[in-house]
Amino acid sequence: MKPWPFEYHRANSIEDAIATLGRHGEGARLLAGGQSLIPMMNLGLATPDLVVDVGNLSDLAYVLVEDGVLRIGALATHNTIMEADASASACPMLVVAYHSVAHHTIRNRGTLGGNICHADPASEMPLVLTLLDASMVIRGARGERVVAAGNFFIDAFETEVEPAEMLTEIRIPAQAAGEGYAFEEMSQRKGDFAIVSAGCRLSIRKGQMTNVRFGLTGAGAQTRRMSVVEAKLEGAGPDDRLLAEAAELAVVNSDPSDDIHADAAYRLDLVRTMSRRVLAAAVRMTAKQGAL
Amino acid sequence: MRTQKVELTINGTTYSGHVEPRMLLSDFIRQVARLTGTHVGCEHGVCGACTVQIDGKTARSCLTFAVQAEGHDIRTVEALGKQGALHPIQEAFWEKHGLQCGYCTPGMLMRAEEFLASNPTPSREDIIEAISGNLCRCTGYQTIVDAIEHAATLLKSQTAEA
Ligand SMILES: Cc1cc2nc3c(=O)[nH]c(=O)nc-3n(C[C@H](O)[C@H](O)[C@H](O)COP(=O)(O)OP(=O)(O)OC[C@H]3O[C@@H](n4cnc5c(N)ncnc54)[C@H](O)[C@@H]3O)c2cc1C
Ligand code: FES
Ligand code: FES
Repeated sequence: MKPWPFEYHRANSIEDAIATLGRHGEGARLLAGGQSLIPMMNLGLATPDLVVDVGNLSDLAYVLVEDGVLRIGALATHNTIMEADASASACPMLVVAYHSVAHHTIRNRGTLGGNICHADPASEMPLVLTLLDASMVIRGARGERVVAAGNFFIDAFETEVEPAEMLTEIRIPAQAAGEGYAFEEMSQRKGDFAIVSAGCRLSIRKGQMTNVRFGLTGAGAQTRRMSVVEAKLEGAGPDDRLLAEAAELAVVNSDPSDDIHADAAYRLDLVRTMSRRVLAAAVRMTAKQGAL
Repeated sequence: MRTQKVELTINGTTYSGHVEPRMLLSDFIRQVARLTGTHVGCEHGVCGACTVQIDGKTARSCLTFAVQAEGHDIRTVEALGKQGALHPIQEAFWEKHGLQCGYCTPGMLMRAEEFLASNPTPSREDIIEAISGNLCRCTGYQTIVDAIEHAATLLKSQTAEA
């Protein structure tokens, strides 16, 4: 199908984009890579009357490490981030998880900024950025604010970014040396959105798990970090029985619903299996890195 | 709705038209530039039939507005080869039966070209992952994987000769 008519403005700076959004009011939408917005427009699900194209702001396409923080410009494409040395050295979990995000051609144009502002509940990066304690830099007419990932994602398709604001940067603290991490997903085809995905990271000090982060998508209406599961593991030794119990706790705290991709019972089964897998894999990885 | 002049460079040639901002790049390519090698299947990014290259990288032309592509370099399947002078990747698709109806083929070819440039000696698994975003309703994919494998060999012998 064809999109509804709209006016097009190519922004030449962040300031220009924000001012244009502010002048126009609701009904204006930013366009980054277009890999979520244009399908929605083609399907008639989004009908902006002004499209503000920020896709050419190449000075927002950086990926770099500075003072132990991976800084990603909102317009860096998925592939740029996935292939950057800075990502591999500072946040290897991000790179691992990226292997489950969309297809190469989509990743050529889609940006991380657009991905998280779209905030699809089946999307991997909102979960991964939450587990990595990322924060987002949001710019508006009155200046800049920094919001932690845990507060950034409000609900399915809803974030902290106001209509006249723009996300400019994603900041991720570098992962600790010796940390174990894992990300897995089940989808119908490689590159499709996940039916269920699970992620975990943790360190082991003196035989005890610490800094545990664990969460799931597809286990409910939105991405969830599961603090009850984290609390069960924090400070404990990583024995198999405890990991299995933690996976059961993840199941108990999930309430997925049926949809065209999978029914709730199947999703719960996936939650159990994939929770076990990522927990075990993260523990194994710390062992391999000599932390036990 | 107002139209505006849009000028695009496709396969090195400039095409211009007065179009609405909502015109998709796929429609500009087919209707304004009259290059009908690029196919349109789903129009929401899922099938890959409309895949072209923008600044050397594959892109869904149905998920790009023509206005967005101004100032960028666009390549379509017409840039590969012609009847009687096929590109090695096209030749490989022909030889290995990498197509039946041909609907998916332009997208497959543009993606295969990008992929083989970055990975000239791929495994079958690499190839399967590389074309995971392009649907084919006819071949069952095996002959497409064969074709891309064969294309890698043809391209290698071509560089060896040069
Ligand atoms: C076939 C297909 C498969 C896919 N598979 C997956 C998958 O497996 N996992 C996954 O996560 N995603 C998947 N996607 C979506 C993809 O990741 C998109 O690239 C991404 O969701 C959006 O990024 P974009 O740059 O294209 O944003 P756009 O589509 O341009 O914008 C998306 C939304 O974010 C807003 N926005 C964009 N940039 C900013 C900014 N800087 N500040 C404020 N608001 C902004 C826009 O106004 C719009 O509302 C898939 C897409 C397709 C077509
Ligand atoms: S027509 Fe563009 S992906 Fe299907
Ligand atoms: S050959 Fe018919 S869709 Fe691929």
